[in-house]
Amino acid sequence: MSRRARLLVFLVGGAAVAALFAIAFLDMPHFGRSDHLYRDLAVPAAVRHATANVVSSVNFDQRAVDTFGEETILIASVVGTAALLRPAREETERRIPDTGRTLGATRLVGYLMLPVSLVIGLDVILHGHVTPGGGFQGGVVLATGLHLLYVSGSYPALDRLRPLELFDIGDGLGAATFAAVGLAGIAFAGSFLANMVSFGTFGALFSAGTVPILNVAVGLEVFAGIVAILAKFLDQDITVVKEGSE
Amino acid sequence: MTALLVLSLTLVGVAGTAVVATSRPERQVVTYSLFGLTLGVLFLALQAPDVALSQIAVGAAVMPMMILLTVRTMQKDLKQRREKDDS
Amino acid sequence: MNVYAYFVAGWLLLAGGYGIVRSRHMVHAIVSLAVSQAGTYVLLLAVGYQSNVTAPVFGSTEKPTKQVVDPVVQAMTLTDIVVSATVTALLLALAVQVNKRQGTLDPDELVALEG
Repeated sequence: MSRRARLLVFLVGGAAVAALFAIAFLDMPHFGRSDHLYRDLAVPAAVRHATANVVSSVNFDQRAVDTFGEETILIASVVGTAALLRPAREETERRIPDTGRTLGATRLVGYLMLPVSLVIGLDVILHGHVTPGGGFQGGVVLATGLHLLYVSGSYPALDRLRPLELFDIGDGLGAATFAAVGLAGIAFAGSFLANMVSFGTFGALFSAGTVPILNVAVGLEVFAGIVAILAKFLDQDITVVKEGSE
Repeated sequence: MTALLVLSLTLVGVAGTAVVATSRPERQVVTYSLFGLTLGVLFLALQAPDVALSQIAVGAAVMPMMILLTVRTMQKDLKQRREKDDS
Repeated sequence: MNVYAYFVAGWLLLAGGYGIVRSRHMVHAIVSLAVSQAGTYVLLLAVGYQSNVTAPVFGSTEKPTKQVVDPVVQAMTLTDIVVSATVTALLLALAVQVNKRQGTLDPDELVALEG
């Protein structure tokens, strides 16, 4: 299809979608209204299970099976990316020298912020059932924090601090823990992913039953998964070369 | 609807359009991370701190890094291909 | 004014679609897709918003009786943001491989897929 024909098809289709959107939006419940049926059901359910962060309760307790599905998408994408980006037959990996071309200040800030961001990431995961946060956000923060080492110009240091086999295992381990907690729910409470640990005090670190456990499992999986993905992209950019070139 | 919401919604719309209108991917990295930040601000204004945290970490850090690395790998590959064709 | 948030969401979806159709670079198309996806986040959160109430997080001190915005849509959005980042990574990896095999980034110059 030529570019013009493609644009024409899009304009016709897009105009139809826009018209349908307009009809639907004008008839939708108003923005900022005060009646929310799901909210009225979800909040008391979270309070019953002593979960102060209702969003975490929805994710890891009330709709935990849905999150398990999302997690499976995540691990499938990680595996797919790793498979697509592995060095091809005619490519080899080379060792690169430590090129210290970074500004001293950048390097210093990178090294100083590394432990800070790792601690923040852990805090976000561990308190995910009480304050805003959880495994998904904390995992991303941890993975980003680790790559401050790359920003500070030391790819070899990042490479040493990041045994990739361990991260591959960590990714699977996170998903397996999630499934194991679900199966324990069948064994002890009669249904998959049932919240069967004692709930504790509302707002305390030890509360919300299985929610913090699942948070840690997801945090591990997201952290390991994103580090593994970024490692593959970094390898493609830095270490993988076609044989015969250079 | 408060002024903050109107402003952040407008910014999201403008930034999203800017991302699409930027034709070179290496420049899209900049516009996309700005778009991620405006989305984060909007989510905060919509009383969704969990979502904002997730959006800022992904949209302003992980995604731009992946796009940048992809573009660099592609340029390297094209260069190697051209060198091979020349020889 | 009541529907402005919904229209921003619709705009993002359509703008992303336009970007994909007009794209001359695979990475540009993938980033445009990410813009389209952001439209769904805005729509979901706009549906769950209520004026003048706080976030659905009570912390350790607040009483869980006060009114909050809808947590269900927030939960859906937040998982999707992280998961969609890894799906985008998969798409980018595909683009890297296509570029290696075919030596072009323009979708119009791609010849039929071959083994």
